Amino acid sequence: MENILSYSAVELGAAIKAGNTTAVEAMEAVLESIGKKEKEINAYVTVDKERALEKAAQTQKKIEQGELTGALAGVPAAIKDNMCTEGLLTTCSSKILENFVPTYTAEAVLNLEKAGAVVIGKTNMDEFAMGSTTETSAYGVTRNPRNLQYVPGGSSGGSAAAVAAEECFFALGSDTGGSIRQPAGFCGVVGMKPTYGTVSRYGLIAYGSSLDQIGPLAKNVADCAAVLEAITSHDEKDSTSVKRDDTEFMSALVDDVKGMRVGIPRDYFGEGLDSEVRTAVLAAADSLKEKGAVIEEFDLSLVEYAIPTYYTIAAAEASSNLERFDGIKYGYRTPDAEGLGLHNMYKKTRSEGFGAEVKRRIMLGSFVLSSGYYDAYYLKALKVKAMIKKAFDDAFKKYDLILGPIAPTTAPKLGESLSDPLKMYLGDIYTISVNLAGLPAISVPCGEDAKGLPIGMQLIADSFQEKKLIRAAYAYEQSRKERA
Amino acid sequence: MAKQYETVIGLEVHVELATKTKIFCGCSTEFGGAPNTHTCPVCTGMPGSLPVLNKQVVNYALAVGLATNCDITQFCKFDRKNYFYPDNPQNYQISQLYLPICRNGHVDIETPEGRKSIGIHEIHMEEDAGKLIHDEWEDCSLVDYNRSGVPLIEIVSEPDMRSADEVIAYLEKLRMIAQYIGASDCKLNEGSMRADVNLSVREMGAREFGTRTEMKNLNSFKAIMHAIEGERERQIELLEAGEKVIQETRRWDDTKEYSYAMRSKEDAQDYRYFPDPDLVPVYISDEWIDEVKKSLPEFREEKMARYKAEFDIPDYDIGIITDSKHMADIFEETVSICNQPKKVSNWLMGETLRLLKEQDMDAEDIRFSPENLAKLIGLVDSKAINSSVAKEVFEAMFENDIDPEKYVDEKGLRTVNDEGALKKTVEEVIANNPQSVEDYRNGKEKAIGFLVGQTMKAMKGKADPAMVNKMLKELL
Amino acid sequence: MNNIISDETIEYVGILAKLELSEDEKEQAKKDMGSMLDYIDKLNELDTTGIEPMSHVFSVQNVFREDIVTNGDDRENILKNAPAQKDDMFMVPKTFD
Repeated sequence: MENILSYSAVELGAAIKAGNTTAVEAMEAVLESIGKKEKEINAYVTVDKERALEKAAQTQKKIEQGELTGALAGVPAAIKDNMCTEGLLTTCSSKILENFVPTYTAEAVLNLEKAGAVVIGKTNMDEFAMGSTTETSAYGVTRNPRNLQYVPGGSSGGSAAAVAAEECFFALGSDTGGSIRQPAGFCGVVGMKPTYGTVSRYGLIAYGSSLDQIGPLAKNVADCAAVLEAITSHDEKDSTSVKRDDTEFMSALVDDVKGMRVGIPRDYFGEGLDSEVRTAVLAAADSLKEKGAVIEEFDLSLVEYAIPTYYTIAAAEASSNLERFDGIKYGYRTPDAEGLGLHNMYKKTRSEGFGAEVKRRIMLGSFVLSSGYYDAYYLKALKVKAMIKKAFDDAFKKYDLILGPIAPTTAPKLGESLSDPLKMYLGDIYTISVNLAGLPAISVPCGEDAKGLPIGMQLIADSFQEKKLIRAAYAYEQSRKERA
Repeated sequence: MAKQYETVIGLEVHVELATKTKIFCGCSTEFGGAPNTHTCPVCTGMPGSLPVLNKQVVNYALAVGLATNCDITQFCKFDRKNYFYPDNPQNYQISQLYLPICRNGHVDIETPEGRKSIGIHEIHMEEDAGKLIHDEWEDCSLVDYNRSGVPLIEIVSEPDMRSADEVIAYLEKLRMIAQYIGASDCKLNEGSMRADVNLSVREMGAREFGTRTEMKNLNSFKAIMHAIEGERERQIELLEAGEKVIQETRRWDDTKEYSYAMRSKEDAQDYRYFPDPDLVPVYISDEWIDEVKKSLPEFREEKMARYKAEFDIPDYDIGIITDSKHMADIFEETVSICNQPKKVSNWLMGETLRLLKEQDMDAEDIRFSPENLAKLIGLVDSKAINSSVAKEVFEAMFENDIDPEKYVDEKGLRTVNDEGALKKTVEEVIANNPQSVEDYRNGKEKAIGFLVGQTMKAMKGKADPAMVNKMLKELL
Repeated sequence: MNNIISDETIEYVGILAKLELSEDEKEQAKKDMGSMLDYIDKLNELDTTGIEPMSHVFSVQNVFREDIVTNGDDRENILKNAPAQKDDMFMVPKTFD
């Protein structure tokens, strides 16, 4: 048998179903790979081998008994460490949750388990998903498997790296401003952010609640579709969960984009975009054109306002969402708290427990909501958000999809980004507006730069049009295969 | 001549709603319970947990809003109020600031100067906090989240009240409305109704309001009256001394009868309200409003008028009975079974009130059923038991809602109607009490009372005293 | 930089956010917040008159639970992660003076 680790998730699922391998063999192979590579890559915060093997054995039994028949039955999966997993440490890559063992499992992870996927462990991330490099983790940086001197992107950098390094068959990430799509692009894997409300947020430790969505990172588009199909559900525990009936996403894996109208925003190809990235992304557009898509340039407008809007809203929500980490109910608490008095206990616990980037955003968020500034900053941002949403609504009257880059450059070197936060934030320019407008988008590898670092292309669709995304991404993926 | 001052008072009244479950999760709201047994990830602020709104909370808030003549905000939202305190597990409270469910209402109260309208600025829905207990032994505090997430409505009045009496009348009015709707039991002592008092003083005739203070921790009418008097005096003293009142929150200590400022550097009172992204807006359609309107009960004023017309009972009784929706319900249901309003009223006004007072209970706590009260009245009417046995049966019914007929049979309390047995006993009593017999025969009418008593005693109470009396007179 | 953040502001925001910053961190925070606010001020270039603030992207509304008790006693789980507890309650520094 060829190397099992090179299988895609769907291929592995089929092999297990056919009896060519087992869930346990797959898990053993993954654990061995983790054992070899983790020292260099550090994609995981927590791997519980015993638990993973035990669950794999249980799953194998169910597959043999015919109880589990889905595409992902028996496939080992990695989970970003901001999703609660019962009995398994969940840290958000923060010291403040260094010892937090949830007593319940996030709905999206439960759905995966119902589909037969087996959790390997929890992947590294930027602390509380705040960052674009996975360097703000309290548990060390994750390195890009394609070149260890470079960051994997973030915040779901551990998930992207684990997929790229064959330390799992697919992973779940979360995307608040590009946190699935950008690391997928930097690591050369496929990542997808679904329409807001498609995947339940219950059990996802919130960063920016109105922007957060869970989604897959995988080796190819088919795996992405399979995982999205498994995790999508209408959850009564999440008030923002949307009831959908068009969720057999695998049915959209069709190599046909004839007549599809694809818009390319001129605003995405202006100043600041690396020329190698530009060339690769435009070449990808050409490939779609060759397959019969109608490509057209247009002005999306308001692109430069997305980042300030995003950082105002996300920081404000984060400042409130992270208030619950106070050393009382769970997580880290400063030593000798009793003698400090209540407010000093709060301050010491939080100041010692949170890292610099998290504190920066909490401070900003608390400020923009504070008395006298709410209207000028927060309310203003909500109004611009409405304008940005409208700009997309107008675009989707003309186009089925919007095509552009994921990030202005390929992955930066380790240690280069954090010194200038504002510059780091500017790297999110192409991904952020998608979250503000609640839209689905996918990141697909479309080439490499001269350093051999992956370049990602982004496709954006109107709300609830994931099938269009999957179809176009799949067709493009096929054209790359044909070329290779 | 000393200056005359007017007190200006507005209230923020928190009413705990009588839902079975909390506002955002399926935990029970039952009072009591061992610490943290009515909790889940949502009401303890576990990471990743999310709130889902209890529809009944909206129904109750709507009903109270309609009963207090409010405008309904048909598109309303929840906001987060951010402040750190251990009884607040998320360190933000989910409340309503920007679009509260009800606005611009009013209720009428009776004052010595006549009817007065008190404006209601707004009513909003929010969640209650947990309970903090001070542990002397460890010199720390302990948190119990059983109350965390219990639904509240906060009713914010306009500064329309001018005296403690008006405040009490207003609170009584709100209590009555909430209880009649069934939205709350409004027990101040259990904290299901709480009031914060905003108070300022100004010279009589002044147009501008003075600087106000807010007093918290008021959980009885007595404490509210005292706090109002105390704060009024304090503010007048400050003004008389040429000092200024500072706008601040004060805590009333009812044992010391003094309020003190709750200010601290760490208490910035800047709540950074913003719309809660975890909850979606509530749209209240015209149909929904109509539905709630139709479900509103007959309120006290209408009920009193109807009782007056329908039942021949004193106004005073009507006042007492309708003071509690629960008691009024028992009254009406019992009357509908036995058709004896006067007798039902007598049981409620007499024995019921006596026992409630004796046991320090509210009318809301009455447990006996109308069916059983009707049966008891039936037993007395048919002379199956006498009035003193009836009182004994009533006490048992008041305690445990027993079935009076079964109880009387089981305990053998029915009046003995066997004339032979009674006659035998009466003859014995006459034989054993020659002195009283002689007194009676010598014209001392009173002596017969003693003989009746002796007979009743010998019969263990199970005789009809009138019959005993008659028989004694015959035999003597 | 147009937005100059004062020591008082940083102190005040620290109280709101319950964060205690060292002197170095305070200086850094003043700089970071100032430059972020300068950047956010870019939004003022846009005329937003008459635009409804959008807190939710979709018009989903009226998501309710029925008033039925679904949760039992989960105390053991709820207290499992508590840094300090006593008598089945969370232990905190004293809150009364």
